[in-house]
Amino acid sequence: MPALAPTVSAADAASKFGTMFLGLAVFAAVFIGILLIASLFRGKYAEKAQAVAFAGPAILFIALGLLYPAILTIQRSFYSGKFFDLNAGLGNAKAKFVGFDNFQKLWTTPGLPEVFLNTLWWVLLVPSLATGFGLLYAVLVDKAKGEAVAKALIFLPMAISMVGATLIWKFVYYFNGEPGGVQIGLLNAMLTGVGINPHDFLGAFPWNTFFLIVIMIWIQAGFAMTVLSAAIKAIPDDIIEAARLDGVSGIQLFRYVTLPSIRSSLIVVLTTIAIATLKAFDIVQASSGGTLHDSVLANEFYRRSFVTQEPGLGAAIAIVIFLLVTPIIVFNVIQMRKDQA
Amino acid sequence: MASTLRRTTSVIGVAALAAVGLAACGGSSDNSGNNASGVDTTDYSDWCSMKDQLNGKTVTLYTSIVTPEDKPHKDSYKPFEECTGITVKYEGDKDFEKNLPQRAQSGNLPDVAYVPQPGLLQTMVETGKAMPSPESVSKNVDEFFGKDWRAYGSVDDQLYAAPLGANVKSYVWYSPKQFKAKGYKVPETWDDLKKLTAQIAADDANAKPWCAGFASGTATGWPGTDWLEDLMLRTAGPEVYDQWVKHEIPFNDPQVATALDEVGSILKDPKYVNGGFGNVRTIATTTFQDGGQPILKNKCYMHRQASFYAANWPEGTKVAENGDVWAFYLPGDGQSKPVLGGGEFVMSFRDAPEVNAFLTYLSSKEWANEKAKVTSGGWVSANKGLEIKNLKSPIDQQSAEILQDPNSVFRFDGSDMMPSAVGAGSEWTEITNWINGQDTKKTLDNIEKSWPTS
Repeated sequence: MPALAPTVSAADAASKFGTMFLGLAVFAAVFIGILLIASLFRGKYAEKAQAVAFAGPAILFIALGLLYPAILTIQRSFYSGKFFDLNAGLGNAKAKFVGFDNFQKLWTTPGLPEVFLNTLWWVLLVPSLATGFGLLYAVLVDKAKGEAVAKALIFLPMAISMVGATLIWKFVYYFNGEPGGVQIGLLNAMLTGVGINPHDFLGAFPWNTFFLIVIMIWIQAGFAMTVLSAAIKAIPDDIIEAARLDGVSGIQLFRYVTLPSIRSSLIVVLTTIAIATLKAFDIVQASSGGTLHDSVLANEFYRRSFVTQEPGLGAAIAIVIFLLVTPIIVFNVIQMRKDQA
Repeated sequence: MASTLRRTTSVIGVAALAAVGLAACGGSSDNSGNNASGVDTTDYSDWCSMKDQLNGKTVTLYTSIVTPEDKPHKDSYKPFEECTGITVKYEGDKDFEKNLPQRAQSGNLPDVAYVPQPGLLQTMVETGKAMPSPESVSKNVDEFFGKDWRAYGSVDDQLYAAPLGANVKSYVWYSPKQFKAKGYKVPETWDDLKKLTAQIAADDANAKPWCAGFASGTATGWPGTDWLEDLMLRTAGPEVYDQWVKHEIPFNDPQVATALDEVGSILKDPKYVNGGFGNVRTIATTTFQDGGQPILKNKCYMHRQASFYAANWPEGTKVAENGDVWAFYLPGDGQSKPVLGGGEFVMSFRDAPEVNAFLTYLSSKEWANEKAKVTSGGWVSANKGLEIKNLKSPIDQQSAEILQDPNSVFRFDGSDMMPSAVGAGSEWTEITNWINGQDTKKTLDNIEKSWPTS
């Protein structure tokens, strides 16, 4: 007899929905109330009051949901203890102020320094190669026959979750170490088919990190292609026509017309992928869990926070990730300002 | 006047009740050391006679046991639910170990949780939200479990959790048919085991004596730590093992190095591993579920893994002394009988009659036998009231015999008792590095370095 899923009684479900609708109704009432009050203001305060009424709730929620946890994380990184909540725990499990100890652990803990090196490879390779492939593909299929199908094919990986993608690639990389054993992994079957020794793609350090990076590029190239293809299509036809009349070659057209026209899109794509890469822990987690010298910062943040019960060290790693993302975002904002000016 | 007075008294009464209620909620956080006064002393041993008090109440239960193993658990509560009128609400979660401490901090704790590691049990006691065991549970533990098991469920001599299930880790899986065909005998000592290993390697060029798999996601490396613990018990003895687990001797003590080198004499010798998978390095990338499977294909002769590995054999495999696969006790010096194992403990986070009655039921022999009857295989308990004939599978019966054998010296899996930074962190990763070629000294030095200072 198959095990039955736990059933939720109808009354239970009804009361939960009731609470939810009540909550939504209260939320709507409060919101309308604020706007009504704002509309009562007349004269020179009217504009300010309306600005507060519209932006205020958003700012409040960002402060509650983003700033407050960020401050807590920074605070957490200066404390020892087993629990996230600084007030939780008894005895040695209770958090104590330890200054910069957690940050010192970033390079004294065996195994952590190599994580920084791995992360560097990820951030260097994924955005550049994914954008490169995406751009090349977008240019090649632009206005070609069967463009829609070609684009859908490369965009499909974006629709797969990172864990799913990793599982697919684990089969591609699968390695049977027994001499003469049957290779069921696609790549190793191909290698042995042409008489080359099979390779342990996900096991053999240091190259395993790069085979994981390939997975991320495979996922992100579709995103780059889609955005860049749209940008290329947005280039006004008369510019291209004018360039053609001036007699430029295909490569010159790409270098002097296409590339400058899609510059802002390129930067957005590069920085978005860079940030996604710094935050992605799924691929490493789903392949080896970062245990074969192939961990990255985001995976270590999770592991130290939840598995090894070192939330202080986890918070320190989170702050490092934040510090690494910040310059990318700043660069992005500066570029956007330039484009608007 | 009189009525006013009465009202005042009743208000005071309500306030006093509320105060008691509050004290009961937060009580354990203040006086976890001397909880004797706050412990429920009601006798729950005859839970069926208490229906009038317990009827209609609900107990929430949170465990790491998910489908399909959760079914026999739920079934085993039925006699209790029927005769008390209590409903047990079961919640299984694969990420139980990570989520339970978080739930303690967000105030979303279940009434009862099955905690599979003494280390996590201690962490939960440190949150200040765990309830010391009621007296009738304590009595059951004294009656049905050994002192060692009571100690694993206690913090600072205060019992917090009764043992539930158990497993035996000191097993070597092998194929009785293959052994018989080659004329090999089950070894009685570690030295005999090593001689047998050398003999198999010399006899059979198409297979290896041993196979192993360390890969297990984030927990990759744990089968290696089990190897080390088993050899610590055999080369250094249970007393040194205890000191090592409590960090009274450093992790890189020479005695630990001896034990790890002894493991290496098998697992790091390319002549002896990794049958069916390839060279030594494949141990790190082979999942622990796959680790022993080559035995069925005659590619490998022996695989050291716990009793629960029985569940990993394909359907139709006969697990019996004269079947397709069977397990022998990992021998030591032939005299003493150290046994490495694990198990779950039942923690409570709410002090209420229905919860305490349920805890009493779970620590009783009635539950252990009921659980044995509704489980088809892959479950055993160290409960001495468990009748071995009630267990359905031969391997469970053998495990129960080992657990109940008075000559057995049981020790809990050490990495489950060490601080998580070591037991769920550096020990796993460094043993994985070790199997990938890192030397013994650096491995043990790195783990010692990661031991938390506070």
